[in-house]
Amino acid sequence: MAELTDLSMLEAASALRAGDVSSTELTRACLDRIRAIDGDVHAFLTVTDDLALAQAEAADRKFKTRPGEELPLVLGIPIAVKDVLCVEGVPTTCGSRILEGYRPPYSATSVTRLVEAGAVILGKANTDEFAMGSSTENSAYGVSHNPWNLDRVPGGSSGGPAAAVAARMCFAALGTDTGGSVRQPAAFCGVSGLKTSYGRISRYGLIAYGSSLDTVGALARNIADLAPIFSLMAGHDPLDSTSVTDPVPEIRLNGADLRELRIGVPKEYFIEGLQPEVETAVREAIDAFRGMGAEIREISLPHTDLAVPVYYLIAPAEASANLARYDGVRYGPRRGPGKYPDDYFVTRGELFGDEVKRRIMLGTYALSAGYYDAYYGQAQKVRTLIKQDFDAAFKDVDLIACPVAPTTAFGIGAHGDDPLSMYLEDVFTLPANLAGIPGLSFPVGFDSDGLPIGMQFMAPHLKEAQLFSAAHTYQSATSWHTSWPEL
Amino acid sequence: MTDFDPVIGLEVHAELLTRSKMFCGCAVVDSTAAEPNSSVCEICSGMPGSLPVINQRAVEYALRVALALNCSIAETSVFARKNYFYPDLPKGFQITQYEFPLATDGWIEIDDPSAPVSSKRVRIRRVHLEEDTGKLVHRERHSLVDYNRSGVPLLEIVSEPDLGSADQARLYSLSLRSLLRYLEVNSGDLEKGVMRFEANVSLRPAGSVELGTRTEIKNLNSFRALSRSIEYEIDRQATLLRSGKPVAQDTLGWNEEQQITVSQRSKEEAHDYRYFPEPDLPPLHIDETWVEQIRADLPELPAVKRARFMSEYGLNAYAAGVLTAERSTAAFYEAAIESSQGTSPVKIANWLSGDLFGLLNEAGVEIDQSKVTSEALAGLVALVETGQISAASGKAVLDVLFAEGGSPESVVEKEGLAQVQDQAAIRLIVEQVLSNNPDQVSEYLAGKPALSEWFVGQIMRETRGKADPARVRTELDAALLALNDQEQSQSGR
Ligand SMILES: [Zn+2]
Repeated sequence: MAELTDLSMLEAASALRAGDVSSTELTRACLDRIRAIDGDVHAFLTVTDDLALAQAEAADRKFKTRPGEELPLVLGIPIAVKDVLCVEGVPTTCGSRILEGYRPPYSATSVTRLVEAGAVILGKANTDEFAMGSSTENSAYGVSHNPWNLDRVPGGSSGGPAAAVAARMCFAALGTDTGGSVRQPAAFCGVSGLKTSYGRISRYGLIAYGSSLDTVGALARNIADLAPIFSLMAGHDPLDSTSVTDPVPEIRLNGADLRELRIGVPKEYFIEGLQPEVETAVREAIDAFRGMGAEIREISLPHTDLAVPVYYLIAPAEASANLARYDGVRYGPRRGPGKYPDDYFVTRGELFGDEVKRRIMLGTYALSAGYYDAYYGQAQKVRTLIKQDFDAAFKDVDLIACPVAPTTAFGIGAHGDDPLSMYLEDVFTLPANLAGIPGLSFPVGFDSDGLPIGMQFMAPHLKEAQLFSAAHTYQSATSWHTSWPEL
Repeated sequence: MTDFDPVIGLEVHAELLTRSKMFCGCAVVDSTAAEPNSSVCEICSGMPGSLPVINQRAVEYALRVALALNCSIAETSVFARKNYFYPDLPKGFQITQYEFPLATDGWIEIDDPSAPVSSKRVRIRRVHLEEDTGKLVHRERHSLVDYNRSGVPLLEIVSEPDLGSADQARLYSLSLRSLLRYLEVNSGDLEKGVMRFEANVSLRPAGSVELGTRTEIKNLNSFRALSRSIEYEIDRQATLLRSGKPVAQDTLGWNEEQQITVSQRSKEEAHDYRYFPEPDLPPLHIDETWVEQIRADLPELPAVKRARFMSEYGLNAYAAGVLTAERSTAAFYEAAIESSQGTSPVKIANWLSGDLFGLLNEAGVEIDQSKVTSEALAGLVALVETGQISAASGKAVLDVLFAEGGSPESVVEKEGLAQVQDQAAIRLIVEQVLSNNPDQVSEYLAGKPALSEWFVGQIMRETRGKADPARVRTELDAALLALNDQEQSQSGR
């Protein structure tokens, strides 16, 4: 057998069931690999060796005591958790100094559901501070490196989870996606990443950035590995009033007939500034779907160009309130002379990073008396138009296919001090968050520098099953997802 | 000198007596007594990642109040975030209702004892739900935060500026308190901070319709502070206006020690709360059938009960007001009438609101904890009214009932308080008193009729108050008349 960490999640699950390997062995293999290479990649902010090994032992006991039973596919599988999801008792920082040393008293519902199914938590993975960024360069604890080229970013904000999966330090990872934060790093790191429909997975314990946009997602080495993770996490949670009560669909991965499938290709997503190799790879993938029988239609999403300005009003506005609780009173470090309100100014001034402060100020301004209607109010109206674009498009097509990001992974520091050029990285991913629809990112090729290229599928609200079956059929016929970075 | 009409509106914050908090499962505890931070979770302490869930019971309680205040219920209302920084506000924003409140456009008739019937109608602008903040405990060099109160459901009731005096404002808030207690949604225990007031006060020249500049007095925690501060503010504004100075729009606090209002916030610090819809809570939809169910289950409300007590039991407005101020008192009263078999409800009302209330107040006991049952009170009043015991004995019996409970009949028997009804016995005592006091008899016969009262007193003392006063008077008058006749015939001889 090859290295244990080279297995996909489902291969590892089979090996566990066959008794070829124990969860403890899998977990030790991951921990060893983290020790060996994470000094270079820096995917993890916290590694929870003791917790992981204890969970692995518990999983092994279950395999022994309940052989033959249908046990959850994640049982005994080591995974990473993005550091914006609360894990009880485990440091959870959101990549921010302001939460340094914070250990939440409870776990996120998404985490709890996986842990209860027997998943093994290896640790907390790096993120841009409060998930605000597209490269992990905004993490207060240092940038993560793209396993395909350590001088490149892994994307963001779920850059740590994406890098950890790509570098085979874990079998899957939980991420969050507010404007592309699962899909874009998945594309940059050549892994598969799912952004779920808004309301599909509880946000309880997901440390809020933009509450009306935040979603829990997952990253894995292929589409099939994502399915059991999605099925376990999805479903109504009484602790999240915005979580939907709709039943969780069964994900069927075998024998999808693509001849029934209508795929829309939005012309607004093939714009100037799109790296030619990205366009080529995405168009080739679309051709492959045509070859498998799918009907390909050009469609229009006319308000696409408004997604960036709308997003950068709504998300910061919500963030300005969501991040008001970080005042040093109850948790995290406190700075200042020891009196109110001075401590608030000093604590927040010193411990928030520049990008976080920039967005808090943007959002505060957008909500101010006299500006609310022109900015936040107007943005909500345009958001409705963007949603209507998708509603109209999905009358004619089942899925929308497009690039995930305009380029492949860019160099660390490439966007330097130009936040606006960084914001444009999200131009293809923001619309799904604004519309609340699901998206899936999966590898469809490499550029001339050997960097992965991702394609995105979007589906109507709550139609994750459609994403899975189509993308899995593609992966069954192609091998991009089986290439790994040399590390 | 110009006369001014005060224009006053009140905002009342009332905590709702739900078992759990507004947005989490923590128990609502008495925040003046409980161990600090003993009823706190990740939601009400604002831990990262936690989310609110609306307490349906709080909505139900709010609807009870809104319906009792004759409001229109919004089919859809929206929670919003009110943003500001303060250590007692763990999320850095308060979840409240702003643009789309739960209920609007209601009214309440306030019980004004100076008016013949409750005649003053005060319009209610809005009723909405929000969450309470925590509490700061100030020590010498630092402050501590207690989040037990954080997230407790709070109802905000905003009146139109329909109140014309401090007294009306006090009556309005008393009426609201009574209503909230009737609806069993608030204890009315102001000392525990479960009701707080804010008053908007402005003056306008008498008869004018244009409103003057208003000031807002915040954080008033007692009826006394409410009326004193409004009185003070009316005087202060009138003095300013009379000397030609403008009233500055301001937020004021009430300094209890000096009994003055003081400015709390200058213009530079004016808050922009940056309200926006709470994205973590979908709009609150209120089902029409639910509203009708709650409406049907509402108890008889104080104003209606008061009018009924007046017409049904012949009480005056004041007595009816006193007996209906609390649901428990009214229930006690009606239970007493029920068991009285024909005793005058007015007499029962007098005994209840006079003597029994006096004992309850003195002992600090609630009526439903009293050892005097409604049946016992009715029995006692009947004994007095039928002359079986004197009024004075009645009070003594009540004292015993209050201290020990039991039935009035057994107390009367045990204490030997039954009234002397025997005409012959009374006549004997009358004759004894007259013969023991020849000087007073002579004075009386010489033309001092007022002395007859003195004789009554002496006779009652002899009988230790047990003689029926009416019979005493009859016998005394007869005896004195006989003496008079005797003297006339003697001198005429
Ligand atoms: Zn709580």
